[in-house]
Amino acid sequence: MNTDLENNEIKMPDVSRLIISGAPHYHSPDEIRGIMFMVILALLPACLAGIWHFGIRALWIMLLTVASAVSWEVLANKVMKQRLSVGDGTAILTGLLLAMNLPPTVPEWVCVLGAFIAIVLGKMVYGGMGYNPFNPALVGRVALLLGLPSIMTRFVPPMHSMWDWCSAANTVTQATPLVLTHATPHTRAEIVVDYMDLFIGHCSGCIGETCFIALLVGGIFLICLNLIRWQVPVCYIGTVFIITAIAHRVSPSDYATPLSHVLSGGLALGAFFMATDMVTTPLSRAGSVVFAVGCGIITSVIRLWGSYPEGVSFSILIMNALTPLIDKATAGHPFGTVRTAAQEVGK
Amino acid sequence: MFNQLHFYGGVHPAEGKVAHASPIATPPILESYTVPCAQHIGAPAQPVVQKGDKVLKGQLLAKPNGFVSAPVHSPTSGEVVELTTCLGPMGNQIPAIIIKSDGEDKVAEPMPLLDPANSAPDELKQRVGDAGIVGMGGASFPTLVKLSPPPNKPIDTLILNGVECEPCLTADHRLMLENPDAILAGARACATILGVKKVMLGIEANKPDAVALMTERAAKFDIEVHQLKVRYPQGAEKQLIYALTGRVVPSGGLPMDVKCVVQNVGTAAAIGEAVTLGKPLYERVTTVTGTPVVNPGNWRFRVGTFYREAIRLSGGVKDDVRKIISGGPMMGLSVCSLDIPVMKNTSGILLLSESEIVQYEPHPCIRCGRCNDNCPMGMMPGILSEQIENMRYDLAEEWHVMDCIECGCCSFGCPAHRPLVQHMKRAKAVVVAKRKAAAAKKPKA
Repeated sequence: MNTDLENNEIKMPDVSRLIISGAPHYHSPDEIRGIMFMVILALLPACLAGIWHFGIRALWIMLLTVASAVSWEVLANKVMKQRLSVGDGTAILTGLLLAMNLPPTVPEWVCVLGAFIAIVLGKMVYGGMGYNPFNPALVGRVALLLGLPSIMTRFVPPMHSMWDWCSAANTVTQATPLVLTHATPHTRAEIVVDYMDLFIGHCSGCIGETCFIALLVGGIFLICLNLIRWQVPVCYIGTVFIITAIAHRVSPSDYATPLSHVLSGGLALGAFFMATDMVTTPLSRAGSVVFAVGCGIITSVIRLWGSYPEGVSFSILIMNALTPLIDKATAGHPFGTVRTAAQEVGK
Repeated sequence: MFNQLHFYGGVHPAEGKVAHASPIATPPILESYTVPCAQHIGAPAQPVVQKGDKVLKGQLLAKPNGFVSAPVHSPTSGEVVELTTCLGPMGNQIPAIIIKSDGEDKVAEPMPLLDPANSAPDELKQRVGDAGIVGMGGASFPTLVKLSPPPNKPIDTLILNGVECEPCLTADHRLMLENPDAILAGARACATILGVKKVMLGIEANKPDAVALMTERAAKFDIEVHQLKVRYPQGAEKQLIYALTGRVVPSGGLPMDVKCVVQNVGTAAAIGEAVTLGKPLYERVTTVTGTPVVNPGNWRFRVGTFYREAIRLSGGVKDDVRKIISGGPMMGLSVCSLDIPVMKNTSGILLLSESEIVQYEPHPCIRCGRCNDNCPMGMMPGILSEQIENMRYDLAEEWHVMDCIECGCCSFGCPAHRPLVQHMKRAKAVVVAKRKAAAAKKPKA
C-alpha cells in the first residue's frame, strides 16, 4: 500500500475550517441593496426629465431632499441605538421619491422637513425598513400638502427654451393641468389639452411626476427585472382610464378625457413606483391586483368628485392601510389543501 | 409528448453539473469499510455478526428490526473487526459494523434469480426487502414499505424519478446513461409488485442524452418517458406527480392517496440488480464534485466508504474547502468530518470553497413576495417566518407550515437573506412534538 506516499501528494480538506449550516447552501445573488439601486436607476429618466423641464433648481431640491433623508435616518439610528441602516439604500430612494413629489418652487426648509416626516415619522418610528405600514415618501408628501397647502401647490410652467433653463428659477406660477380641469368645469371647453405635452411632461407639476414617457421607461425596466409586477401599473392606470372614460362619456362637458387623466398628475409615478413599493403593498400577485384596482377607484373618485384635484397619494396611502387585510383575504392555500376557516375570517 | 411539463413556483439555481460527462468509475477495494446499521428511516438494523466473524461480499450483516427498517449487507469479503458507532451526516453517532477487507472480494452465494415481469409479486416484494433496498434519492425510506400500500389505496401509476433537480449532482444522470437496463428491470419488477400498467419516467430537460436513451430502451416495455422543465424542485415527489399526471397529492397525504408510487431511478436500478442478479444493495453511484475537487466525477462507492477516501480518490482538493455537503447544495447536509461513511442515500459529496459560502446576516422582511412566488407548495413563507419568530407555532400550523417540503426555494431567493426554510423546519419539529404529546395524552384521559 502506498497510501503514505499518496497522502503527501494529495491535498485533503482541513476539517477545522469546515462550516456547518442549514440548507440551502446556495443563494441567489439578489439583495435588498441591489433592488433599491435598480429602483433608483429606474427613477433616473424621470429625474432627468424633471431637471430638463424645471431647471437646475430641480436637481438641487432632489439632492437636498436625499441628503436630508439620509441624515435623518443616521440620526434616528443613533437615537434608537441601532446599527446604521442607510447602507440598504432605502433612505436614498425615499428621499428621491419625496423630492419627485415636490413642486420645483419649494423652499429648502420644506425639503428638510418633508424628509424628516418621511424618514422619521413614516419609517423609523415603526422600527425601520420593512416595518412601516405606509409608503414613507407619500407620508412626507401628504403631510406637507395638508400642512403647507399654498407652498405645496405653487406650480410653475416648464422651461420653454435653453434661455429659460440658464436663467433664474421661474417665478410665474401656473396651475397644473389637473387643477385646471378640476376647478373650472365651465371653462373646460376652452382648455386645449396637448397630449404630446403631457406625454413628454412639458406641463406644470411636481418635479418627477410630469414626464409620462420617462416614468414608463423606468417602469418597464423594473418589470423586465422582475422587481415590480406588471399587473400593478396596468390595473391601476386601467381602472382610472375606465372610470374616467365612463364619466367623460356620460358628461363630456363636466369631466376631462380619460387620456388626459392617465397622462397628467402623479398617476404614472404612483402606479409604477409607489403602488409597487414592496414593503407597503400586498405580498401575493392576486393581492397586488386588488390593491391596484382599489387605488384606481379611489384616485378616480377623488379626481372626479373630491375637493382635491389629485388623489394618487391619498389613494395609495388608504390602500396601504388595507394591505394587511388584503393579504389575509388573498392568502393562497397550499398545494393540496383547502382554505382553512381561520384564513377565511382573516384571523 | 415532448412538451416540457412542470409545476408552479420553484427556482433555477446555477446547475453546476460539471461531472455529467464523467463515466461512473469503480474505486479499488479499501482496507476497511465502516457500514452503518441505520442507513434508512426507521429502526436501525440489528447486527447478526459477531466480532471476528468472516463475511463474504453481499452477506447479511444486520437484519431489519421491524417493518419500517432494512437489512444491511457486507460491501466486501473480510473480517468483522468491531461493532461500534460512527458519525453520520447529521452529526449524530449511529451504530456501525467495521469490516476489514481480505482483499479477495469473494462474493456470497447470490439470491435466486427472479424474472421482473413474470415472478410472483410477493416473491419480488420479498426480494426488495431482503436486498435492503431503500429510497436512494435522499430520503432513504425502506422501499418495501413504499411498495406495500394498504389494500384501501389502489395504485395505478408507477413514476420513476430521473429528474435530479439538485444542482451539481450527476449520479442519476450517469446511471441512466450507463445502466438503463437495470433501471427498466427494476421498474418492471415494481410494476409487477404493484400490479400497475402505467409506468412513467420523468427526466429534466438538461439531460437530453438520458431522455433519448431511456426513450429508446423503454419503448419496448411500454414505459413513457417525459422531458420536464429545468426547475428546482422538479424532483420533489408531489411536484413530480403533478407535472406528470396533473394529480394533486392532498395536504398531509402521500403519493398513494392519488394512486401513485414514486421511485428514484437509482432505487429502480438497485431493485433491478436485486431481482435479475440476486445482488443485495451494498454499493451506489455517488457524485463527488465542487469547485475545490481536483477531479470531479461519479463513483460506484461501496457503502461504508469514508468521505475521506472518496475525496482522496477524486484527487484531493486544490482549494481551501469551507463546506462539505452530503447531498446537493439545496437540501444537503453540511458535515463536520471526513470520517463519515457513504450510505445507501448518499447521492453526492459536494465541496464548496471560500468564495461560494457567503454568510449572510438576515434583514427584516421587505415583503417583496419572492418567497410566495417561489414556493412550490403555494405557501407564504414570509408570513410564516414572522409568525415563527414570534413563537406563534399555533398560527403557523393554521397557515399550513406542515405542508412545507423543505426545498429551500424561499431562503434561496430571499433578498433580505432571511432564514425562511430554517424557520419552517423548526416550526415543523415543534408542531410534530406537540402533536405527539397530544396523542400520548389522549389514551389516559
